[in-house]
Amino acid sequence: MLELNNISFNIDDSDGKTEIIRDISLVVPDNKFVVITGPNGGGKSTLARLIAGIHPLSSGQIVFDGTDITDKSITERARMGIGFAFQQPVRFKGLTVLDLLRIASGSRISVSEACDYLSEVGLCAKEYIDREVNSSLSGGELKRIEIATILARDVKLAVFDEPEAGIDLWSFNNLIRIFEKMRQSSKNRTILVISHQERILNIADEIIVLADGKILKQGSRDAILPDIIGTQYASGVCSRME
Amino acid sequence: MNIDTIQQRLLEEVADLHDVPEGAYNLRANGKSIGRNTTANIDIQSKPDGSGIDIRIKDGTTNESVHIPVVLSESGLKETVYNDFFIGENCDVLIVAGCGIDNCGNQDSQHNGIHRFYVGKNSRVRYVEKHYGSGDGSGKRILDPVTEVYQEEGSTVEMEMAQIKGVDSTERTTLAELKEGAKLVVRERLMTHGEQHALSVYKVCLNGDGSSADVVSRSVARDTSYQKFDACIVGNAACSGHTECDSIIMDSGRILAVPSLEANNIDAALVHEAAIGKIAGDQLIKLMTLGLTEAEAEEQIINGFLK
Repeated sequence: MLELNNISFNIDDSDGKTEIIRDISLVVPDNKFVVITGPNGGGKSTLARLIAGIHPLSSGQIVFDGTDITDKSITERARMGIGFAFQQPVRFKGLTVLDLLRIASGSRISVSEACDYLSEVGLCAKEYIDREVNSSLSGGELKRIEIATILARDVKLAVFDEPEAGIDLWSFNNLIRIFEKMRQSSKNRTILVISHQERILNIADEIIVLADGKILKQGSRDAILPDIIGTQYASGVCSRME
Repeated sequence: MNIDTIQQRLLEEVADLHDVPEGAYNLRANGKSIGRNTTANIDIQSKPDGSGIDIRIKDGTTNESVHIPVVLSESGLKETVYNDFFIGENCDVLIVAGCGIDNCGNQDSQHNGIHRFYVGKNSRVRYVEKHYGSGDGSGKRILDPVTEVYQEEGSTVEMEMAQIKGVDSTERTTLAELKEGAKLVVRERLMTHGEQHALSVYKVCLNGDGSSADVVSRSVARDTSYQKFDACIVGNAACSGHTECDSIIMDSGRILAVPSLEANNIDAALVHEAAIGKIAGDQLIKLMTLGLTEAEAEEQIINGFLK
């Protein structure tokens, strides 16, 4: 279980102090599929990065499975079972897909095990296993490899920051399928997705609407989705392409 | 063949040799040849003046290899060795060179290997050269290799050169001249640390129509080390050339990249690229979110980059 207790995050810029996250308290129960939506600039991605430990909190406390992780590093949080998929997957010259999956799994997994993870995200394993994770891969391919690294880690909490960003419609459809599959899998895993895609919101157990650094609404899909559908908080796949 | 454990370790580092190699070889240790084998197609002879060896490979030799590693484990030894390779026509061979220096003393040790390759028509040569240094003495480990490649029509040379550890000072010069349809591919990997200096100079002349060259260097400069990469491709015919220098700097490492192109023919197509920068913060963060520490992440990124 993930608990955020009165967390805030400010940055100091030329205009003085800007509050990005304002005193948010939130509980993400185990084995749920939770989607955080909200307008651009509302603090969604920052919240995801705070959970992964990429930015330090300005104030407040984060508790994961009963342990206070507020002062724990990215590495420590990762080793406790928190996974984080980047909005813009990082490219590496020289590191292959297999290298990355081995780093993710924490052991020298066999090629066939690595291939299983790639197959799960809909990539033909043979074609990708020895490819470098560099700019020769498309946005959609990188995104799926990014998700495969989360699968290879077998995390307790998987945080996805705008998984639909930068991919084409075809890849987006595949992505939905992957999430549906993860959602259905019996693995003991909590999934937290930052997204305002209606189709991702549609498979959520819980929806949180974040705006201006605060929680605007929070509740089950059935309670929240009807209110926000058709708004910028729950847009159709094609509106994104316009 | 008598080799001690230090020499054995050096051989493993520079030539992946755990035992006596198969095929033709010449092993040189502390200034002397300590083992040699020739085959029906590959002959190795000492030069009459003792300055090095001539390696002659018969026309049509395929699937054979030549190993000519050099190890130095005596402090204060300085040598220049001339090795000439005469490769016939229609060959397909692997040549493994490489030099390992272990210097535990306080005098400088230096090996300069001057390698000349005369590659016959339509032959393909794969050349692998690794340089390695070890030992904790105050004496420097110095390697100044010169590689000259003369390629006949339709020949291909693929060179893989690596210097990852322990060489204090290196000045590497590679010169190549290519005739019609010849192809040269170079992959250089270099890592310097401590106060090391490394200079790598290439001059590739594409003299024949349809000739091509692809020279790619990947390097990492750590601590206060310094590197200079100076690659020039000269297009004298309807040819294509590409040079690329991709570098990571760490700590107070410094790198000067000077890629240059000279087109003397209207149909010469030449490209150069150079990029220098530190490891991207996002790359470190990504690997840390996979459970690595910052130091482990750095190591993985560098190992991958230099692979």
